[in-house]
Amino acid sequence: MLELRSLSRHFGGVRAVDGLDLTVQEGQIFGLIGPNGSGKSTTVNVITGLFAPTAGSILFRGQDLAALPTHRRLRAGIARTFQNIRLFGQLSVWQNLWVAQNSAEDQARQGFFTRWLGGQRGVRDEIGPLLEFSGLAHKRDELAANLAFGEQRRLELARALAAKPRLLLLDEPAAGMNSEEIGQLRDRILKLRERGVTILLVEHVMELVMGVTDRIAVLNFGQKIAEGTPAEIQAHPAVRKAYLGGEKA
Amino acid sequence: MDFYFGLAQIIGVHTLLGLSAYILLLTGQVSLAQAGFYAIGAYVAGMLTVLGGWHLVPALGASAVCGAAVACAVGFPALRVKGLMLVIATLAFGEGVRLFFFNFDYQIAKGDLKVGPLGGEGFRQIRFFPENGWSTFEVMLFIWVFVAGAMALLWWFDRSRYGTVLRAVGEDELAAQSVGINLTAVKVSAMTVGGAIAGVGGGLYAHYTTHIEHSSFNILVATFAIAYPIVGGLRSVFGTLLAVIFVQGFLIEGLRFLGDWRNLLFGALIVLAMNLRPSGFLGTGRRA
Repeated sequence: MLELRSLSRHFGGVRAVDGLDLTVQEGQIFGLIGPNGSGKSTTVNVITGLFAPTAGSILFRGQDLAALPTHRRLRAGIARTFQNIRLFGQLSVWQNLWVAQNSAEDQARQGFFTRWLGGQRGVRDEIGPLLEFSGLAHKRDELAANLAFGEQRRLELARALAAKPRLLLLDEPAAGMNSEEIGQLRDRILKLRERGVTILLVEHVMELVMGVTDRIAVLNFGQKIAEGTPAEIQAHPAVRKAYLGGEKA
Repeated sequence: MDFYFGLAQIIGVHTLLGLSAYILLLTGQVSLAQAGFYAIGAYVAGMLTVLGGWHLVPALGASAVCGAAVACAVGFPALRVKGLMLVIATLAFGEGVRLFFFNFDYQIAKGDLKVGPLGGEGFRQIRFFPENGWSTFEVMLFIWVFVAGAMALLWWFDRSRYGTVLRAVGEDELAAQSVGINLTAVKVSAMTVGGAIAGVGGGLYAHYTTHIEHSSFNILVATFAIAYPIVGGLRSVFGTLLAVIFVQGFLIEGLRFLGDWRNLLFGALIVLAMNLRPSGFLGTGRRA
């Protein structure tokens, strides 16, 4: 599904991502963990095209993404959420989803005129299921900026799903959530897998990562130091050293 | 009464100018190029009616097309830069257009009279309205048909997905491109629509004043163009209309009896208005 081949992204002398090889299989929930500054968010930004890679390549469903600008990568089937929430605050909840309906399928289905200049009729029904899924149906007409923190996180997930992605990149979706909200997020992630969405989960909250992922890669200083099942990763000595700040010998 | 009809003409044309900047401001772009598109529309329509003998309506159509085409061509390079860099780039374009018309001579003989643009002397005898015996009232109505049309178009955009996408780009470009919005296409299209509206406004301006020259399209006009939607607020097109009425009707005409004191008060009242309503008369509640 997604293959990173010796991917690097340097900022001046800083090697944020340094020769990363990674393969995410279709249907997997793949965890990407590592200490702060280990290159996880940079990896997501390079995959979505916000940063160009310094070296290496990204293959998505066999296609090299190098030539595709960010908005075309979404059309190819890659959607994301942001670590620091980036909603369109002065648009309402349903408008946030409306502007994100940019999947190849949506673009092909509607004519130019209906798509761009047609009104809201019909669209509101289309996004109903998404609002239900995110538990935001009662907030449909609220401005995004007026939502509570947890609701904003849910809206960001719904906005990514409005693009009908095949691959979903979640950049620390549980940051700042309490354990009840994390439980709901876990349920949503598992439901998405049932629907056939492949997920790359960047996360610090081990409770979530260890519970849902099929496979985990661990980054440190931009390099992969381990990869395996959650059980293997938990037992891995290099991981414990990097992640938990060194183990008492 | 003609005074008020004349004032309504000015307000109408300046509303078009303000609306041309409004659509681009929705995407968060501040452009000082609007006076340039306005100038192109004015000269194109004037030359077509005076030199080409066209009726005004198709001439205004040509103004819209030329304004849009130039805006689209300028938009591609200019909209690659943001913020202050865009302000400088569009200012340079606007001044370039003004200086072009400062040096532009194209006169032909019509009877004993030579007509057409003559550099710094300007372009006189744009006499379509008097030649066809239109009264001030009729000219005013004619102008307001176009103002109403432009307002209806932008009002419709605001209710469509296109208008919502424009606002999304204005809110957060990075998030917008991450949800699949083509930033270049969206910004250039807004610039193009704005160029067409400014072109029509310029064509109407040339015909009601009957005389245009390069200084009619200076930086002050460009500043007014962006000031209207900012003072009026970006919630709806009616904010821009309100701001034009406030500035042209009240500050410029209404306070004329104050003589030289008017200019002083003019600045102070704009500052006061922006302090009372930081996001404009019809604001979105945030600072524009």
